[in-house]
Amino acid sequence: MSTLNVLLAGFGGQGILFGGKTLAYSGLLDGKELSWLPSYGPEMRGGTCNCSVVISDDPIGSPLVTQPDVLVAMNRPSLEKFVDAVVPGGMILVDSSMVDIKVERTDVKVFYIDATKIADENNMKSCAIIILLGKMFKEIEFLNENVVEAAVKKVIPAKKAAMIDLNLKAIEIGMNA
Amino acid sequence: MAEKVLMKGNEALAEAAIQCGCRHYFGYPITPQTEVAAYMSKRLPKEGGCFLQAESEVAAINMVLGATSAGVRAMTSSSSPGISLKSEGVSYIGGSDLPALIINVQRGGPGLGGIQPSQSDYWQATKALGHGDFQLFVLAPSTIQEMVDFVPLAYEVGEKYRVPAMILSDGMLGQMMEPVEFPEKKETAVADKSWATNGHQNKRKKNIVNSLYIQPEELENLIKERYERYAKIKEEEQRAEEFMCEDAEIIIVAFGASSRVSRSAVMQARAEGIKAGLIRPITLWPFPDKTIEKHVDHTKQFLCVEMNMGQMIDDVKLVVSGRKPVSFFGRTGGVIPTPAEVLAEIRAIAGKEN
Repeated sequence: MSTLNVLLAGFGGQGILFGGKTLAYSGLLDGKELSWLPSYGPEMRGGTCNCSVVISDDPIGSPLVTQPDVLVAMNRPSLEKFVDAVVPGGMILVDSSMVDIKVERTDVKVFYIDATKIADENNMKSCAIIILLGKMFKEIEFLNENVVEAAVKKVIPAKKAAMIDLNLKAIEIGMNA
Repeated sequence: MAEKVLMKGNEALAEAAIQCGCRHYFGYPITPQTEVAAYMSKRLPKEGGCFLQAESEVAAINMVLGATSAGVRAMTSSSSPGISLKSEGVSYIGGSDLPALIINVQRGGPGLGGIQPSQSDYWQATKALGHGDFQLFVLAPSTIQEMVDFVPLAYEVGEKYRVPAMILSDGMLGQMMEPVEFPEKKETAVADKSWATNGHQNKRKKNIVNSLYIQPEELENLIKERYERYAKIKEEEQRAEEFMCEDAEIIIVAFGASSRVSRSAVMQARAEGIKAGLIRPITLWPFPDKTIEKHVDHTKQFLCVEMNMGQMIDDVKLVVSGRKPVSFFGRTGGVIPTPAEVLAEIRAIAGKEN
């Protein structure tokens, strides 16, 4: 695989764009080409929110992901909206704390992770997306796992340094989920 | 080499302007361009510059007119409806023979339209951004790196020929992030600004910046002199990128965001054995007719892909002049075409089943 198309989707406030940024920086630090494209506008204020991330060995054409290799679905409307867009053989990561339905397709790999609940139990509110990303890093074997830690440190601003350890722990939980 | 950083197009563009000496920014917020103004408001005061959120777009462009008259590098940015409001001031800047940098991060129109990416201001930017006989130097970036690299180019060309310059971006390029590298600080050639109204201190004749000429002959002569400069720009400043065009039987012509989508489609078509290529105009005015002309004889057909109902296609047809078919595919209203849609068009032209 020379290109990885990821679509992260959920409600505004779930850290969708932050998760996408962490993924994007991982690609950057791994020496790959990448693009990050958010949905923007009224949907950012409490409505649905999504973020396209493309990581590739080649220069990136369209940054808009319409046929994701990986879909990260943080709520039910997002799963319902994008489930059929995932390429056959692709992967779907579902936050099962937020989504009460199952994927009916049999041609994709699906992981259900109780991410929001696990995050709450570990006092790492808003890290659910990072738990799901941890699982993704473990499963896709596209990016060097070691870059994730450096990416987290890049994305979190210095004045919020206390959040770094929480996010690193969230990645570890995700990788072992 | 400088480190690559991840930045939104809007922010990268603003930083590039600061790095090449822009210290005067006047604007008014509008989606999807607001990050330019927000970035300037944070950074410019620290650089000893002036960030000013004007009471309207009309005021902002007239502040640019005033600042650039005094010889400084000034800039404004907006999105489509806001650019329409600025058009009077842009015409005055053009009519006063002043350089200035104007950014349009396009969204869907007409009217208030929508807030999603669009390229439907091509006609406005290249034909008539305001009344009267005048042109802007118009650059169309397709990557965040180009959002950075085109800022100094826009200033340098604008100052060399004393014409306003526009960077015609769109909501996709403004909002997306890509790795970007800022060039090492280099001394840019200081343009002759002996026309600037920056205080004569009784040492020279006073300068006057003006666009009002009551005598028709005087105005005509001035416009003719301006059009000699335009002719020089057309001769010397055309820019375009050619991608897989040498043996291409179908050549897509696309700029900015839609050129990225088209490039993906060209690569997919090549993988299927269809000889497709891409010409990407970098300067929209002057339109790169020399590059199009190079390929008219050997290719079989041109396909314009735009995020509008078909605007740049007029300029392509003018060059091709009926020698080869020129067709069009576009999405509008804020919809970004997919590579699959463009590939389907290529296949249809090549006579292949979809």
